[in-house]
This record gives sequence, C-alpha cells and structure tokens, in this order.
Amino acid sequence: MKIVAVCGLGIGTSAILKVNAERALDRLGLSADVDASDLAGIAASAADAQVILTSSELADAVRSAIGRSFAEIVEVSNYFDVDEISAKLETSLG
Amino acid sequence: MTHPPLPDEAIVLGAHVDDWRAAVREAGRALVRSGSTASGYADRMIGVIEEFGAYVVIAPGLALAHARPGPDVRREGLSVVTLAEPVPFGHPHNDPVRIVVGLAVANAEEHVARVARLANAFNDSGIVGRMARAETTDEVRSLLGFESAEGTESSESSESTERAEGSERAEGTERAEGSDGEAEA
Repeated sequence: MKIVAVCGLGIGTSAILKVNAERALDRLGLSADVDASDLAGIAASAADAQVILTSSELADAVRSAIGRSFAEIVEVSNYFDVDEISAKLETSLG
Repeated sequence: MTHPPLPDEAIVLGAHVDDWRAAVREAGRALVRSGSTASGYADRMIGVIEEFGAYVVIAPGLALAHARPGPDVRREGLSVVTLAEPVPFGHPHNDPVRIVVGLAVANAEEHVARVARLANAFNDSGIVGRMARAETTDEVRSLLGFESAEGTESSESSESTERAEGSERAEGTERAEGSDGEAEA
C-alpha cells in the first residue's frame, strides 16, 4: 500500500505530513509506504498510490494534477493532529 | 556544534505586522540576521504562498513559511516569529496565524531531521498558544526542545527521522501535554 503526502514544494510541510501519517498508521496497526511529493510530481507519484494526503487548500490543485489516478484524496486540516489523520486514514482504508 | 540551531537573532517575539506578507518578511529578516539566508529568500517564501495558497498554515495558528533550496540559502536555518496581533493568511480552517516559523534548507535531504523535530514539538496541541505567549527566546527554544539537542545537531541523519516516527515519540508528546503548568511557570 502506498500513501503520498503532497504539498506545494515537496519539502517542509509534506515532510511533516509524512511523519505524522506514519504515526497514524502505526496507531492503526497498518503498514504502508508514505512518500512526500510536490504538486509538480504528484501525477507520477500518485500513479500507484491508494491515498493522497494533502491540505484542504491544495486539494483542488491536486485533483486537477493527478488526472486519471484512482487514489483517494484525503484533506488534512491540522498536520500535527495525529488523531485527525488517523480517523481520516481509517475511513478511507478501512 | 558550530552554531546554535535557533540563535536569539532568529527569534522575534510579539511582532506587530499588518498582514501575512509582513509576517513572512519578519521570518525572512530573522533568517538573514542569523546568517541562514540572503534577503531575497523572504520574497521567495511569499511567492510560494502566492502560487499555492495558504497551505503553509499547517495547524491552527501556525504557518511554516519556506521556499525551495536556492543560492540565497547559505545554510539550513529556522526562525520563529510570534505575532502580537494574529493575522489571517487566507486558510479555510487554521486562520488566524499567531506563529510564523521560517524554514530554509540548502538541500532536500537536510530538512528531514529538522522537520521531524518540528513535528515532535508541534504534535503537542498546546504549543502554539504557549509559544505565542513566550516572553523570552529561551522559552521558545525550550518549547521546541532545542536546548538539549544543540550538541547533536551536526551529527543528525535521516536515521533520527526513523526514530522520530516511532510510536514511542508520539506517546512522549502526549506525556508532554501534561506538563503545561511547568512549561508556563
């Protein structure tokens, strides 16, 4: 299973989202590869991903960037809220 | 070891700013003062928000301003600006912003350890409020867990990120929430 955390540049914010998504997966007892990506690279990195994590601010841009990917886009409000990320991942993976 | 990860020059307490651009410029000036970047970096951080929107407001009250690595980055650096009056960045959920963290990285690998440490600190949901009220630069460093880590900065590698990802750290964060009173004392 593959999850991609996306932000504008692929550094900084998406790295924080990646770290906390891995914590959330741990908490849920799930294992998945979590990659960080920038918007420009999302079409390629989302090709084989099940879930794309991103900010609600970026969700529309991600939607138009991924084209035909089947990945589900999950919008995260607080990148540091592992409870929020866990709940949303559980909904989309469970 | 050669320089503190968050020197006094990189911290601005109670800044008065009119809007988000001025707030990001404060974070940029602090990066310049601490020797991390040239002055043009602030405009690049502003450019990222103009291009992609306010997604850098990654938690209620907290913006992580940053830009791509570039020739204006002299070395990896971090700055912290607390705002006397919160300003909106245009984020649908997390406005207004009370703390702007400025981040400069010289290459993509470098930022991982830095960001993992930030993730550890800010997973404590009370930290934004406490940091916004901080009266000394030492308080800010201590809230970020930077005091004890100064000596290990240069030897950090991506391995530290692996460790930080473990549930042990997450539990440590929860314990840290219980020490609110102590942190404010």
